[in-house]
Parts: sequence; structure tokens; C-alpha cells
Amino acid sequence: MAMLEVSNLSVSFATPEGTVNAVNGISFSLEKGQTLGIVGESGSGKSQLAFAIMGLLARNGTARGSAKFNGVELVGAPLSVLNKVRANQIAMVFQDPMTSLNPYMRVSDQMAEVLTQHRGMGKDAAVAEAARMLDAVRIPEARARIRLFPHEFSGGMRQRVMIAMSLLCQPDLLIADEPTTALDVTVQAQIMALLRDLQRDFGMATLLITHDLGVIAGFCQDVIVMYGGKVMESAPVDPFFDSPCHPYSRGLLHSLPRVDQEDAALFSIPGSPPNMTRAPKGCPFQPRCSNALALCSDYLPPLTEFAPNRKRACNVPVEAL
Amino acid sequence: MIAYIFKRLLVAIPTLLALIVISFLMMHAAPGGPFTQEKQLPAQVLANLNAKYGLDQPIWVQMGRYVWGVVVHFDFGPSFVYKDRTVNEIIAQGFPVTLSYGMTAFVLAVVVGVTLGVLAAVFQNSWLDYVAVGISIGAQVLPNFVMAPILVLIFTLWLGWLPGGGWEGGDWKHQIMPVIAMATAYMASIARIMRSSMLEVLTLNHIRTARAKGLPTHKVILRHALKPALIPVLSYLGPTFVSMITGSVVIDMFFSTGGIGKFFVDAALNRDYALMMGVTLLVGVLTIIFNLVVDVLYAWIDPKIRF
Repeated sequence: MAMLEVSNLSVSFATPEGTVNAVNGISFSLEKGQTLGIVGESGSGKSQLAFAIMGLLARNGTARGSAKFNGVELVGAPLSVLNKVRANQIAMVFQDPMTSLNPYMRVSDQMAEVLTQHRGMGKDAAVAEAARMLDAVRIPEARARIRLFPHEFSGGMRQRVMIAMSLLCQPDLLIADEPTTALDVTVQAQIMALLRDLQRDFGMATLLITHDLGVIAGFCQDVIVMYGGKVMESAPVDPFFDSPCHPYSRGLLHSLPRVDQEDAALFSIPGSPPNMTRAPKGCPFQPRCSNALALCSDYLPPLTEFAPNRKRACNVPVEAL
Repeated sequence: MIAYIFKRLLVAIPTLLALIVISFLMMHAAPGGPFTQEKQLPAQVLANLNAKYGLDQPIWVQMGRYVWGVVVHFDFGPSFVYKDRTVNEIIAQGFPVTLSYGMTAFVLAVVVGVTLGVLAAVFQNSWLDYVAVGISIGAQVLPNFVMAPILVLIFTLWLGWLPGGGWEGGDWKHQIMPVIAMATAYMASIARIMRSSMLEVLTLNHIRTARAKGLPTHKVILRHALKPALIPVLSYLGPTFVSMITGSVVIDMFFSTGGIGKFFVDAALNRDYALMMGVTLLVGVLTIIFNLVVDVLYAWIDPKIRF
């Protein structure tokens, strides 16, 4: 059995405008030490998927389906069960390092409380251990700077603090929700290099959520492409980048700027992501798809394996793409 | 920090001078004077009285003398109405009373208000929320002049547990009803501010981080949410503290506590110029001090604020 088994997971939000179906029946699994990337546009439901696994949905959000971690059901689990898993076995790094740390608390206190909570360590020992972890994420003069407040760090340094904090209990799974989106490009590269090294050293499985295919290519073994709260394609990274087999994946890859094609105008997928208050009946991508068939607006086939380890949900035959 | 406090105290001097000038002018602009009575005094008597208290001088001279007396001798002058008592004596006698029940009421209002507000926010839309909101709306719409008679009706007339008035040097039995009557409405306001501020804080990203750490709910609230949620409450508490420790005319009159709140209104009605100036200055000085205290507390809560 896989370490993380997500099956038929859905997330919906009750809003004044009606029910928003952010995630619509997603299934995947993750083995120990595996690195999986989830890619999709803003609003494709990828972050909510992660929050649902951690039990961190907003108050108006509901998760249905199942997410089992080492056999323990997390969807609908009581807080006492979730709190043993959170940080301890599954840790999370959030998108915005500027607001994800508590601005009113010293970094030392914020980090130490993870260890006092889950490892029963004393305050001094916990701070010392936290400082060692800051060292591991390459924050210079960690022992002195751990006493600072978050606003005394730069954005990139704050994300390093977040990463160090998430690794304190040596979790089996790290969920990184767009960890570099809020950072500038050079810092992005440093943070991804750091995550790659840490993943290698600690050997934890990683679920990387991003809209950046370049980040996936450099970090992950496998990739899941999400659109409109559904999985469009899932595959190992290498064959995926060689030959994406879903019109949406193709569009995504095609819209990456290429250095070797100087004159070409930047391609973008026409249209915009669907309004999730009205759950699309057929394929959510159909209105923007240049390959769409007549039946696409009524019917989306289930995710089906069409080659070893490769799955897709599309009415259009691979050969016809 | 020390330099900042010193600077703020320096700025307080012109503020207080402005307060004196404006109060002085408004006071003298009001018709009548301290010796206006139903039975008209003979002109000569009135002139003698005015001369004795310096009221025959131009208003700027009166103001100058007043400021001189306050600054150099710390003398707020004689009361114009309570003969042979000085304003210093009246304040020295009345202020400790309101300070005593006002501070107790303040602590009660803050502790109960903050607790109710936090519980209502954390358990939003549960029965606990509805009870807390219900209590604070009830407390808010019950003004102290309704609250005080109800308390007396229940605890003095029906149950006979508590004395209906008097002070007896601050004996606790005499304090209970003034404290409750004073605290209720403030407690309700604090609870409402606390609830809405806590609801807002609970949606912040760093609270999600705290939950992702696997901290139990009470630790998330107390360690991560309470401090930021207290900021709006704090700005309300500065002026509130001052108006609570300077008492309330309703409570001082209803419970005959002899507190300063009654003198404030009496002084205005009687045109007791010196007493009114004295109480106004007291409230002014306290307001300046506690606004400063609030600003210093902000810096304690928010590490980004440094002076």
C-alpha cells in the first residue's frame, strides 16, 4: 500500500454566489520518498487539494472522498488525529512567506514550539535544534538570527525559515504549495536547489504544487496536470515532457517561452479557466480546446492508463493530437 | 523609547494649555455664573463676591492667574459653590472613590469582554457564539441608569444582600453594585470588538501555519491569534480606562458613593468654574497619559513598531 492514498477526493465551498466545486474527485497515490508535482493554472484546485489533505480548508470548505496516510483516514478526521499527523508526519510549506510566519513572534519561539509540541523537548533544547535546522537551510549566523522577528528577514530567507520549520520533525511527506511563487527569480532558483538537496538528504516524499512546469521538470519524478478541479493527465516527468498526451498539457508546455525560438510570439491558451460555481458537465477544458470533439461538452472519460504509468482523461485519441 | 515618551510628554504641555483656554472660554460663554441664584443678590454683594474670587478681572487675567496657581503652587483654587473647600480637597476626596470602583470595573469588563469575544469568534455560529453575542447585546442596550435600579431592586430590596448605597471607605459590599453597573456596557463593547477582530485574525495566513504545526486549538488562539486580535481592543481601552476611573454621574448619584463623577456634572450646572476646570484638567491629563500607555503597549504587541 502506498504511503498516501488519495481517492475520489472532492472539495467544495459554500459561498454567497453558490457552491464552488474546487476539486472534483481526484485520485492519486504517493510512495515513500517519491516526488510528485501537481501543476495547473490558478483556480485549478491544486492548493485546495493540499489543504484538504492537511485538514486546513477554510471554514466554508468541505472535503469528501478519502485521503489515507499510512492507512489513517485524514478526510473528516477529528482534530486529535490530524494534530498527530500535522508537522510530525506531513509538513507543509506555504505560498507566501511574507504572511505565513507569525509577525508577532520571534522565529526561535515559532520553530521551537513544533518540537515542544511533538517531541516533548524543553525550550532550550528545541531552540538549539531549530538553530541547527536553520543552518541546514543555509541561513548564515543561524544561532544569532533565530532570535529575530520575521520582518527582519528577506522574503527568500523567510521561506528558508518556513522550510526549516517544516522539516523539524523529519516528516515523511512535505507538501510545498507554490513555495517560490512569491519570490523573485534568482531566489526561486536558490530555494528549489535547497529543496532538492534537502529532499535528497532527508529522503522525504514531496508533493510540489506549482504552476511552473520548469520547476516540475527540475524537481519531480512524476507529474499530475490539473484543470477545473480534475486530473487531465498523469505521467512520469521524462515521457511527459517528451510527449504530453492531453490537449491541455500540450497547451501548457507550448506556452512556455523558448530561448531557441527567438522570433516566435508567445503562445497562450485562448480563453480563461472555468467558473467553478457551475460545475462543467463534460470536459472542463472543452471550451478552450482546439481538438474538442462533439461529445466533449457532455462527457469526460475517466482517467485511463494508455501506456505504462501514463494516464489521461480525454476523448481525443493520442494519435489525433 | 525613553526619548519618545519624553517627547510625547512635552507635546502634552501645549495640549493642556489649549484645553485650559477652550474650557475657560466655553465656561464663561455659558450664561449665568457661580453666584447666580433664584433670589437676585444685591448688586453690591455680587460685586464684592466677584472681586473676592477675581471674577471682575478680564478673562485673560483670570486665565493667567489660574495657570500660574496650578503650575507654581499646584493649587486649583477654591470651590465657588462648596464654600470653605478647595478643588484640591474635593478631588483628593472624590477621585480615590471612582478610581477604586472604576479600576475594578475596568478589570472585570476587560476580562469578561475579551473572554466572551474570543469564545464567540472561535466557536462562530455555535450556541456559545449566540449566547455570547446575546449577552453582549443585552448588556449594551441596558444603560447604567437602568442597570443600577435593577441591581438595587434585586440585591437590596428583594434579597437584602447588599447595601443600596454609600461608600464606607470603599468596603467591598458597597463596591459590588457600582462596579457591575459601570462594567456592563463597556464589557459588551469590548466583547463585540474582540469578536470581530478575532474572526478577522483567524483567517490570516500565519494562523493556518500555526494549525499546520499540529498545535491544539487553544495554543493556536492564545499564542498566535490573541495578540494581533487585541490591537483594535487596545485602542478602545485607553480612553475607556480614563472614563471609567473618573466615574459616572449616574453611579455616583445613584449609589451615593461621593465619587468625582457627580462633582463634574454638579460643577457644570452650578457654574463652579474652579471645580469644573479642576475635573476637566484631571480627565485631560489622564487621557494624555493613557493614550501614551496604549501607544507603548502597541510597541510591546507589534515588534515592527519601534520608537
